[in-house]
Amino acid sequence: MTTHEVVLHPASVVEELKKNNISHVVWLPDSETNFMYQLLTGEPSLSLVPVCREGETMAIAAGLWVGGKRPIVLIQNTGIFESGDSIRGLGLDVNQPLVMLVGYRGWSRHGITTDSAARFIEHILHAWGINYYLIETDEDADRISVAIAESERTQKPVAVLVGTEFGA
Amino acid sequence: MIDNQEAVKLIDAHRGDAVIVATMNANNVRFGLPSVSTQENLDMPLSGAMGKASNFGLGLALAQPERKVMVLDGDGSLLMNLGAMVTLANQTPENLCHVLFDNGVYAVTGGQPVPGSGRADWEGMAKSAGYAATFSFDNLEDFATSISEVMAAAGPVFVHLAIKPEIENTPVQFRQRAPRTMQVAIREMPAILGND
Repeated sequence: MTTHEVVLHPASVVEELKKNNISHVVWLPDSETNFMYQLLTGEPSLSLVPVCREGETMAIAAGLWVGGKRPIVLIQNTGIFESGDSIRGLGLDVNQPLVMLVGYRGWSRHGITTDSAARFIEHILHAWGINYYLIETDEDADRISVAIAESERTQKPVAVLVGTEFGA
Repeated sequence: MIDNQEAVKLIDAHRGDAVIVATMNANNVRFGLPSVSTQENLDMPLSGAMGKASNFGLGLALAQPERKVMVLDGDGSLLMNLGAMVTLANQTPENLCHVLFDNGVYAVTGGQPVPGSGRADWEGMAKSAGYAATFSFDNLEDFATSISEVMAAAGPVFVHLAIKPEIENTPVQFRQRAPRTMQVAIREMPAILGND
């Protein structure tokens, strides 16, 4: 019997961003993304824009987009809750083709999900009519490209839920 | 204190080819930028943004480093999103000028005082956040005398204006709207900036 490594490496995510000519990562770090931070800071094709609170990310991304750049947002699901009015006013209302990479805090395929951050996030995205994809391993990483293509085709925000901690 | 319309008129007269992101009273259809603008195609009227005008302006300034971007903000708006000052200053956009219209009140909801009205030191906050240059004016004459210096300063620049309150108390759905909406401006701006 063979075993597969079920881990998502930051390099797989960064490769997807590079493949799609993403220019800026507007983000607020969460507990799962330190490996990602180390890689992003070393990638010359990506500019990092750190923020103080997640609701800023969609507005900064909107300005970058109108100015001709290709930003992506990287926050945690708790940050999606914080960002409600930004997603409404500067994402959905202005047809921003924005991909939001969202750390899926509390996600598990096993047992009962006790973390309300996990229990509510998909309901919230459904309520806003925002489509989303789940990625857990390197094999799923190409869903980021799918999400980027969909956001551009539909001119709407699309979420990618990162359901695992990044591996080293 | 400075008359709201006189302030936007002075800024518009010295804007050059700057994109102006304006919100709340600075964007009021009767006495804000839409009432005096000479370059409407370079105006970005931001509504429903809950304090995010400076964030939007930052993104635009980073994307268009050769073009000046001005943000005309409100004190109630910026109070909702004070961390944005640190986010903005941290990116050191030399082409960004952040102008705060401080009328001390929530003017569109009946004129209730904002927290810290008359007490908070806006210019001091901007300095502490790391803006490269800061200014504060409480009368039009001084602002008019200094505006060339303001426009020439390397950013990020913060300008505090003490503005005479003009109170409205009309439900959102009954307010007079500028014909050029945020959605229209966002749709047209990429072509105007030459990046469509």
